[in-house]
Amino acid sequence: MGNAVKLKVNGEIHDVDAEPDTPLLWALRDLVGLTGTKFGCGVALCGACTVHVDGLPRRSCVTPISAVGEAEVLTIEGVGKTPVGKAVQDAWLKVEVVQCGYCQAGQIMQATALLTADPAPDDAAIDRAMTGNICRCGTYPRIRAAIHAAAKQRVA
Amino acid sequence: MTKPSHLALCAAVLVTAASATWSATAPAPGDPARPLRSVASFGTIRDQAERSAAIFAEAGKVIQSPRCLNCHPATRTPTQGDAMRPHVPFMVSSDGNHGPKGLPCATCHGADNSRTFAAGIASVPGNAHWQLAPIEMAWQGLTLPQICEQLKDPKRNGSRSLAQIVTHMNTDHLVGWAWEPGEGRSKAPGTQAGFGALIEAWVKTGAHCPRA
Repeated sequence: MGNAVKLKVNGEIHDVDAEPDTPLLWALRDLVGLTGTKFGCGVALCGACTVHVDGLPRRSCVTPISAVGEAEVLTIEGVGKTPVGKAVQDAWLKVEVVQCGYCQAGQIMQATALLTADPAPDDAAIDRAMTGNICRCGTYPRIRAAIHAAAKQRVA
Repeated sequence: MTKPSHLALCAAVLVTAASATWSATAPAPGDPARPLRSVASFGTIRDQAERSAAIFAEAGKVIQSPRCLNCHPATRTPTQGDAMRPHVPFMVSSDGNHGPKGLPCATCHGADNSRTFAAGIASVPGNAHWQLAPIEMAWQGLTLPQICEQLKDPKRNGSRSLAQIVTHMNTDHLVGWAWEPGEGRSKAPGTQAGFGALIEAWVKTGAHCPRA
């Protein structure tokens, strides 16, 4: 058996029983029951598991819950309640970014992190920040367009 | 603890290409084949300047190891692995030393090394101060004598005195990571204490640099 741990996810406290080295992704999906965050590579190479921890992007597959502590975790299930996350999700729908959709939770979380840090990124800034999020369907041009659209929506 | 197994197939597709390229290198814990010579072993060199330069050359085995050079790039892009291949994902430091806006190093590199549960890469390295060295402290592409001169130059060593360089090499936690790099990664030669002793002896003997 593991230890009793409190995780604050999307504003709610969840009691989970897990070893300290359990990846946050495992805890979110298997113990908290939030399955929107996806397992992609397990080694922080693909970005599918991206969540926010205290407002910053983190690859949850390589983040042990011991490193999370009392920090606020934000997942794809909760990001739409933030102004930037809402703008990103609206833009994603408007541009019809998604193809198979598997990587898109991570893409949206990463795009939200980018626009939080840089409200009006140019193409180069988008490429730099999104480089760690892989999409097998090749939706990169639509992802870039949607990020620009979300940035404009935020300004308007 | 269980993996989200119903996703394993998708995961395998995503990771296969990457893991084939980034197979873990066999770790070399406390590699006895790569010890550092002790300071005392240089006592036979009677000329102090020559002894100082020889001591620095020994310390250079650490300074020029991949564990150090990977994050002292001449470009603003780190390298990784013992082969010092370009970092994946492609990272640039932008206007700071912590990654571009929206993708800080800490996105993947936590406060400690993190073991993984996937094949191919045993751990993701981490440290609370994980970052690139500033551009003025770039080591890649320099010879050891050039690095030596750089280390003595406050304009290119973080405004440190030689005494502060000794303390930095001896006690800095990120420097110490080179000997605790996580599973799947070779360690820097010797130990941090042995390396620190060499740097201290180098300074005490006049901080002379090896000849080019």
